[in-house]
This record gives sequence, structure tokens and C-alpha cells, in this order.
Amino acid sequence: MAETGSDRITITMDGTEVEVPRGQLLIAAAEEAGTYIPRFCWHPRMKPVGMCRMCLVEIETPRGRLLTTSCTTPVSDGLVVDTASDVAVKAQEGVLEFLLINHPLDCPVCDKGGECPLQDQTLAYGPGESRFVEPKRHFEKPIKISELILLDRERCILCARCTRFSSEVSGDPLLEFAERGTVTQVLTFPDEPFASYFSGNTVEICPVGALTAKPYRFRARPWDLEAVESVSLVDAVGSKVSVQSSQNEVVRINGVDNGPTNQGWLSDKDRFSFEYINSSQRLTVPLVRHNGEFEESSWTEALDLVAGKLGSMAGSAIAGLGGARSTNEEAFAFGKFLRTVVVTPHIDAQLADGLDPQFLATATPRAAIDDLDKARTILVWSADLKEELPVLYLRVRGAATTHGARIIVVHPRRTGLDDVATHKITYRPGRGPEVLRKLIAGDGTYAEARAALDDGPVVAIVGRPGLSEGPRLAEAVAAFARDLPAGKIMPVTRRGNVYGALDMGLAPTLLPGRVAASSEQGRSRLEDVWGPVPETAGKSAKGILEGLEEGTITGLVLLGSDPVRDFPDPGLAARALAGAEFVVSLDIFLSDSSHQADVVLPVESFAEVEGTVTNLEGRVQKVNRLVPGPGQSRPAWAVLDDLSRRMGGDLGAHSAEGISKEIATVAPAYRGFGWDMVDWGEGREGVILPLDEGEQPLQYVPVDPGLRSRSSAGLSLHLARVLYDDGVQTRMSPSLASLMPAAAVYLHPRDARALGVAEGDRVEASTDLGDAELVVAYDDSIARRTAYVPANLPETAMLGAAPGLTIERLEEVVG
Amino acid sequence: MSTSILTGRMNARPTDSHTLAAYEQTGGYVALRKALIEMDSAAVAAEVKASNIRGRGGANFPTGVKWGFLPPTFPRYLVVNGDESEPGTFKDRQLLERDPHQLVEGVILAAYGLEVQQAFIYIRGEYAKPARRVERAIADAYAAGYLGRDILGSGFDLEITLHLGAGAYICGEETALLNSLEGKRGEPRIKPPFPAVEGLYAKPTIVNNVETLSNLPWIVGKGGTTYAGLGPETSAGTRIFSVSGHVNNPGNFEVVMGLTWRELIFDLCGGIAGGRDLKCWIPGGASAPWFVPELHLDIPVTIDDTAAEASMLGSGAVVVMDESTNVVGAAHRIVRFFSHESCGQCTPCREGTTWLENVLARILDGRGRPADVELLLDVSDNISPGLKWPPAQTTICPLGPSAVSPITSILTHFRDEIDAMVGALEVPVG
Repeated sequence: MAETGSDRITITMDGTEVEVPRGQLLIAAAEEAGTYIPRFCWHPRMKPVGMCRMCLVEIETPRGRLLTTSCTTPVSDGLVVDTASDVAVKAQEGVLEFLLINHPLDCPVCDKGGECPLQDQTLAYGPGESRFVEPKRHFEKPIKISELILLDRERCILCARCTRFSSEVSGDPLLEFAERGTVTQVLTFPDEPFASYFSGNTVEICPVGALTAKPYRFRARPWDLEAVESVSLVDAVGSKVSVQSSQNEVVRINGVDNGPTNQGWLSDKDRFSFEYINSSQRLTVPLVRHNGEFEESSWTEALDLVAGKLGSMAGSAIAGLGGARSTNEEAFAFGKFLRTVVVTPHIDAQLADGLDPQFLATATPRAAIDDLDKARTILVWSADLKEELPVLYLRVRGAATTHGARIIVVHPRRTGLDDVATHKITYRPGRGPEVLRKLIAGDGTYAEARAALDDGPVVAIVGRPGLSEGPRLAEAVAAFARDLPAGKIMPVTRRGNVYGALDMGLAPTLLPGRVAASSEQGRSRLEDVWGPVPETAGKSAKGILEGLEEGTITGLVLLGSDPVRDFPDPGLAARALAGAEFVVSLDIFLSDSSHQADVVLPVESFAEVEGTVTNLEGRVQKVNRLVPGPGQSRPAWAVLDDLSRRMGGDLGAHSAEGISKEIATVAPAYRGFGWDMVDWGEGREGVILPLDEGEQPLQYVPVDPGLRSRSSAGLSLHLARVLYDDGVQTRMSPSLASLMPAAAVYLHPRDARALGVAEGDRVEASTDLGDAELVVAYDDSIARRTAYVPANLPETAMLGAAPGLTIERLEEVVG
Repeated sequence: MSTSILTGRMNARPTDSHTLAAYEQTGGYVALRKALIEMDSAAVAAEVKASNIRGRGGANFPTGVKWGFLPPTFPRYLVVNGDESEPGTFKDRQLLERDPHQLVEGVILAAYGLEVQQAFIYIRGEYAKPARRVERAIADAYAAGYLGRDILGSGFDLEITLHLGAGAYICGEETALLNSLEGKRGEPRIKPPFPAVEGLYAKPTIVNNVETLSNLPWIVGKGGTTYAGLGPETSAGTRIFSVSGHVNNPGNFEVVMGLTWRELIFDLCGGIAGGRDLKCWIPGGASAPWFVPELHLDIPVTIDDTAAEASMLGSGAVVVMDESTNVVGAAHRIVRFFSHESCGQCTPCREGTTWLENVLARILDGRGRPADVELLLDVSDNISPGLKWPPAQTTICPLGPSAVSPITSILTHFRDEIDAMVGALEVPVG
């Protein structure tokens, strides 16, 4: 928002006139003007409460000078404030003394010691000695309030940051004050642990060491930490993080406040999944299969073998999958390797679990995350954002609670946003097209939601509510939403850098820089630099796996991709890998897929590589290296470069930054882009590369594909991901692994009754693609004749995402 | 001095003044009939303004002025503060228990004057019997057509909801009361916004005390200017003083303001029990700085004369202490009350009142140090900067500074006694 003259007013601060934004809180205005007022409870991303009283200042009023908290006082024209009067200073010193009298001062063993606002402000503003000779207050310490978080009530200064975060920001009010007066304390409710996807944020914003998280407790002293700013690759939001290490091991990830994206907040998966980086199961040396068993090998032997094998096959008989968890530079190198060295068009970064690549990468008019704050109405017809894109969920929630946006949620069962939704439409998977038609028409019960959609600006978050629903429904919803008043669309899918991978051309239909593979002109411009690339369109992940099964494709190159676990038809994926003649996998772990490879090459991971990534709004940000990769692991781009030279090609990739320069040359949407634009400190916010303007090569205007509703006689399957699924980031992070939920098949109680099953019964659940033995659980929020199964849990991995599900009660074995 | 606006009925009908029949037989609901039939809302509000009545909850703010702060938006609410909890105060209890219809009629009149259609009566949870009486009175008023839809055929609708508190003194502070009523923790809100602008459920809300509203049937019936003519100009009307402590005749006394403290303590209350001497008294509730006979006995009992002597008439709770009183013990007892009742949200009150309590307890225990006097004063100053009256505060609400009043009182008037206690010990603790 541009600030015009009238948005700024003049106040007198400590005798000097300063210009500040109208209506800003005094504490923030003062800081902007260069005067830091001490504080504990105030947090710029939460509503002020004026509880700690540390930020007391004196202001002039018609009735004389008044002590007031600067965090609750908006500036007004002509305000006269004294932040350092004798009265104000004495009050501040008094508050600090009050906070310290019962504080245990166990700083030597406190994880906050060294980065503690209470320590720092005591040094700056506090009394030099203690006058307190009474016994201190005692509580049992620390108490475990969740699987991840511990609370030490003796250290707590009752600033309400954690309680406000959990009630105001994350919407799971599991922390509250109990008791009153001197024994006031933060507590959880009986039998309700602080089981929040966002619990780690409270640890980070705690101004003392009252809240600590298991993964970091007693791991390091803050002054020994090395840190870089980077971007979380856990999901496609691109949350900004500070990665911190001690003795070359990542020990902590904190959030960094990037206004347009995460605003400082992280999901616990963003924050704690770093543990997988340090896993003892990381690959450290190349593995080559000899007589059915993996054996450790040298890089030279492994690369010679791979180059020889791939070189002996026809290019078009080889396919590549992956790159969605890589940097843009790695993804670009992968695409260039496949298109120019292997010479194959069969490339995909998604595993049939996302959306059409052109739609995802280039649909217009595209909403930025910040557009949510300006929207009057937000349509959410996608996966449950709380499960798949938790930080985006926080922004949508904030749009409702802080900015008053109307939220319309369309989903087969309850979602995290339901409590702030003004309208909720629950539908049976397969009936989406019919629901959309009714919504467009404003029929009957949909009239109010339809009317809300006519009140713009509208942002429509579109994606796949579940894996058993097709990808094209999202395009139909987008086609409707883009024509709404000031309508913008945000196509969403979950995986880390999938948008970057698509931008780098890791799709059968896309060339680097959002160019259609079918574009003669686009291809010829690329060939000017790269030399010849395949002319035909390639196969998608599904086509590739089918090709492998049939034998039309014989070689497979995987880059951090695990189709056996992630492809929605796990049987096909398993048969495909079994049928392949040669599979090479570049990975950080021996995944289910790399277990079936012929050669496995260890590559570096998050925090070990440098590069850029692109988030779901097209924002490019910088990822930085902090620690070395384990053993002999190498950056993926360097491995691909070596392979290329052995195969007679040349990627010309000598450094990640060098690759980025080539991206800026050949990828039209990235033209002119350079790392200097996004170096932290310089381009703190990152840059959104053009999506709407003339230089955007491909503009994908969604058109309603005219889908027909699918009806199934039996149960419809709603197969959807949960945050802590059985992926590498959860499974290989000990602190998170235990949080994986128990699997079940969720049924509406009335459907269960009709099917003759009850809660707790064991059933065989089957689709056309696979089956699973599961326990029945009731869910009265779910659409009738629909069964919800959480995807990718150990018990559900083999189920497969088919539209229909049958269940059969397993007879108890009488012993 | 014998004027009985509020307590006449309960004195005349000691057994049944709380019933609808007795109330109607003694002029009850006549003012309401007059207001609803002959007067518009503005006229009722004008009578209240003209009466010059000042709030009886403790702050003594002019009621008509408070009503004038309401913005012209709807819905708006009226909340009756019946959370009487100040130590020594027991006047509202009697009004609730023995003349509940007088309050109900006052509420209806106020609601009419304020154009409110939903009122709440918040009564402290410990007042079980008064609450039962009010509950019954409300039910009877509904049955008689004084509440509900189209009251007395006037077209005016009003619902009254009774709510019981859960045992926190702080809920007598009006914004904490509103939080409590909303089901939240009873913690005072930051002001502004004041309740008149953003109160219950963030809607414009007037919060008035039980005694204040119990005056309304008389004010509307007899006219605001008649009421204003009672007593001194800025302390109009009668007040109920709850007198307790070392007097021969403790109890509630309704008087026209303007008599002297000597008359109140020695005439109305029969002087000090056991023939002992008066040492000091608290003129207006536990939060008020204390008065002593050598300075204050002949001061008139009015809001302004009390304020001029750096104390307050507050809620009308007068606690009388005779010469045998250990004033440090008395101060400790009051500070302990406030520290126990601190809501805990803001630092100086939560930590400071407890600290003061602990220091006083240590002194009483014979472990005082000479430095404790300065410590008490400086800790008090960090809660209530300047130790002046009316108090400044580093806190959100006045509860913290309330705990400072007994300390400044004993250090102002009885410094020798505390000095003797803290100097008596040869080896300081610490």
C-alpha cells in the first residue's frame, strides 16, 4: 500500500518531531523512528494486550501527563510522548524488577540464555541488584504439555504470547491461563495436550525459556550457533526460516518474518523435520546392485556404470521423475540432462497427485498470498490447507479473523478452516462438478454462498480435495472464479518446490520458463542455446510407469522421487519399477523406490545446498548451505554434470549460481533474474516473477472442462493427506515420527450402521487398485456414502486412489 | 437525615418487602407506569441527568453523564453491577435481598431511558439468597407484565437476564465483569474503548451499580430536580453507608450526604465499642486511604470533601478501628485481600501486591528490617507512581493501587508504630 502524505502524521517524541504512519501503535511508530521501547508481551503479528507493562511511556493529555502502555496507544496527530522521562524509566525499571523477583534465574541451564529478551532487557533497563528477600514462587518444572513441548512455569512471565498465538493465530486454543494473582499460570486443559501443528511457534516467541521444544533442548548454546536464512522445503508456501547448526549439525530451525509469506510462523513440520538431515540412515556412498544386493561403490565406478547403461538405451526409452523437492538449479540441471543428454521428452515432477502442470505454473489471474488480506471473499476448494499447506491455512484464517473476509469451504468433510468459514459445503467425492454447477447457479442452499462470491475481491484457492478426485475439477472451479468480481485464483499443490520444478520444465508439456513444449518458437529459442531437444510431447508420470510396465520405456532416472510410495496407484508403481531394465536413483535415503534401483547415488539435501526455489505464488527465494552433506554425498547438479560428460554431453554446470545464470538466459519467465535479487538482506521478500504481464510466455486461462459428476453405487473414497504422513520428513525425524496418526477408515455413523459395522471393527477396505486392513472410526462431518482414509500412512499405503471403496467386516478370530 | 429513599420499604415491611404484593402496595411500579405512558425515553434520561446522582459503585461518576456517552447505535446493553465484594461493603446485598423489585423497576426505567432491550444483572456468586430473591422478583415482574414484550401496553420490550459471578472480586470492575459475563476470564480490559462505546459483546453498554439504579423509581417518580435538592449540590441524594468494625452499632445507614464523620460514627453508630478511643477509619472501602480523628472527624461526609482530603467515599464502606488495633496487621489483611484478588494479568499488580503482602507478613512475624519501610514505599511507588491521590497507576485497572492505600495510610499516620516493629530486631534478615 502506497503511503500518501495524509497517511503520515507528526508526533513529538522525546522532544523531537517525527513523522509516523497514522494510527500505528506508538511502540511500532517509535521503533520505526529509531527509538526502541522495551517490551515483552507485544508482538507485531498479534493483537496488543498491554499486560506486561514494560512499554510504559508518558504522554501528554488534556488532564496532564499520563503513564500509558505504548503497545496499546495508537499515534494521533500532535501526540507528545516522552519515552524516557524519569517517571517512565522508573516504571519500566519497576516492571523489570517485578518480573525478576520470582524468576528462577537458572540462566546457566536455560536454553534461552544468550538470546533471552528478559536477560537482554534486564541488562539494558533493569535494576543492578535485587531487593527481594522473600521466598520465590515454585512450580513443578518442567511439565510436558505435548509430545514436543515442555513448560517451565517458574520461568514464565505471563506475557500471553503463547496463549494468544494458539487462540488468535493458529485457532487451536489449547493453552490458557489458570488460577489468578501470583499463582496465575499457563496450562493446558485436563487430558488435552498442546497437540497443535503450530506449537513450535510458541517456543520461538516465548520471551523467556518457559517453553522449550524437545528437538533443541540442551543441544547448544545460542552463541555457539551458526545460522543462515533459507526457505522451508517442507511445502509449497516457501516459508522463510533461519537454519541453525552447531558443530556442523543442524540443531534448530526458526521462523523468519517475511511479510508476504509466513510472517514468522512455521508449521511444526517446517520447524522440526530438520532431524531427517542428521539421520544415521542418510546415504553416504554410491550403491551398486550386484547379484541382487547393494554394494558400496566409488563414484567413478557408479557413474561409469550409469553412463554406460543410459548411453546404451534409446533416449526415448528413458524417463525421468522428480525434482519437486530440489532447488530450481537442480531441477533445471535434471531437465537439461534428460532433454539434451539422454534426449527424452518423458519428464515429470508430479506423481499424478497434483494438477495440470500448465495450469499450476501459469494460470492467471494469479493471486499472491498477500491478496488474501485484501479479499472480501475466499473460496477454498482444495485439500484441507491445515494438513497440506499449514502456513497458508494461517493466512486464510487471519484473513477471516483479522480482515473480516468471508470464507467458503467446499470439502468432503471437516477442515481446519470450518470454524472461521461463513459457508461450508460438504459433498461426496465425485459429485464435485454437480456442486460447482449448483454453486454457479446459486441454487437453493447455495444462494448465500453464491451472493458472497459476487462481493469481490475474490480469491479462489483451488486444488484436489483428495487424491481420488481428478485434477480437472480445480480447473473448472478456477474458470468460474476468475470471472468473479476482482477474482484471482491460487492453484495449490503441496510438495516443496513443485512450482520451481515446473518452471524449470520438469513436465511433459513444459519447457523451462513456463514455455509450452508444443511451442515451435519456444523450442527453437531453447535449441539456440541447448542444441536439439525432443520434438514430441512426453509422457506424464502415469504414462511413464505404464510404459515401464509394458516395456516401451526401459530406463528410469529418479531425482528424490519415490513413486512406489507416492504414486496413487502403488501397484502400478511397484510393477513399473520391477519391470524396468535399469533404474538409477539420486536420493538422500533408500526410499521404497530406490530400494528397487540398480544404482543409488547419494545427494545433498536441504541445508547442504545453495540455490533458489519458487513457491506457490511464483515467488523466488534463496536457499542457503549451512552444513556439509554426509559422507560422499554431492549436489545433484554436480552428479548430473559428471554423468553428462561421461555420456558425451555437457551441462555446462559448474556451480549452482552458474546454472542460475543460464536459467536467466533460457527461461523466459526468469529472464534477468539473478541471485543478487534475492540474497537475504537485499531481497528479503524474494521476487514474484511475472505471471500477468506481457513478458509472461504462457498464460493459461482456465476453461471449464465440462466435467460430469461421477456416481458410484457404493462408497466414494476420500483419500487425503495428513501433515504427519509416512513421508521421509516425518518418518526420519524422531520427534515427528511418533505424531503420525493411527490409520482408520472414517465413516458417517449412519453409513456404518447401514453397512453393519461399528466403531472399532476391523475391516478389509478395497479399491480397484489395492486394499488395506483398517479399523472403522466415526466421523459425523463427512458426506454421506463417503469413506475417508488418510493417505500414505503405513497401513494405508497400498490402498490406491480409486473413486470407489468397498469394505468388508473381518470376522474375529476365535482363539 | 431521616430521608429514606432506598430503605424505607424494608424498614416498614420487615417481613415481606421483597414481594411483589408489598412492593405494589407501597407505591411500586407507579413510576414505571408514569414513565412508559407519559414520558418518552429522552425524558426519563433527562430526569436522571437532572438528579445529579453519582454512581454508587465506588467511582462516583455522574450517572447522567455516563449515559450520555452512548453512541446512537443498536443493539446496546444495560448491565447491573451487583458484584459487591469490597471488604466492608454490604449495602447492595440488602437492596437485592430485601427490595429486589425496587432494583427491577430501576432497571426497567434505565433500560427505557437508554433504549435498551436486553439487560443483565450480575450478582456475586456468594450472594445466594439475594440472587434467589432477584430471580423471583424478575419472574414475578414478567408474570405481571412489567417485563417481556410490550410492557404495560407501551410497546416497549425488555428482557432481563440474571447471571451469578464465580467468586472473583475483580469482576466488580466493570470491564472484568463484562468479560466474565461473556464467559471469559474476569480480567479488566484496556480502556479506551470504554464500555459505553464498546462493552458487552463489543456493543455499547452501560454498567450501573445496584444502589444507583435502585434510586431510579424515586427519581422518576418525584422528579430529578427534587432528588438533586437533597444534600450538597455535588453529592446529591441519600447514600447507604455500611459501617463495620469497632462501633457499638454497626450496620447499613441511609443518610443524606453532608453530615460529618463525627455524627456518622458517634451519633448514628453509637460510638466506639467498649469505651475505647477511635484510632482511625476507612472512609470508603478497602481501597480508600484511611482517616484519623485528629484530622478528619469534622469533615462533611460528601464525595468532594472526602476527595479533598485525598481519600474517597467509594462504595460507602466505613471500617472503624479503635485504639487497640495493630495497624500493620490491618494493612496486611487488606493487602492480602488485594493480592489474593489480583487477576494476575499485569505485572505490577500480580507481583507487587504479593511482594507487599510478604514484606508486611515478615514484619508482623518479627523479622522486619529498617530498610523495609523504604522498600514498601518504593514497591508501592512502582505500582502507583508518585503515591498520590487520586492514584496514578502502572497497571491496567485500579486494583493494584488499591493495595497501596493501606500502606501509605499507615506510613503517613502511624510511622512510629511500623518503625518500632522493624527496628526492634537486632540482626536484620536478608
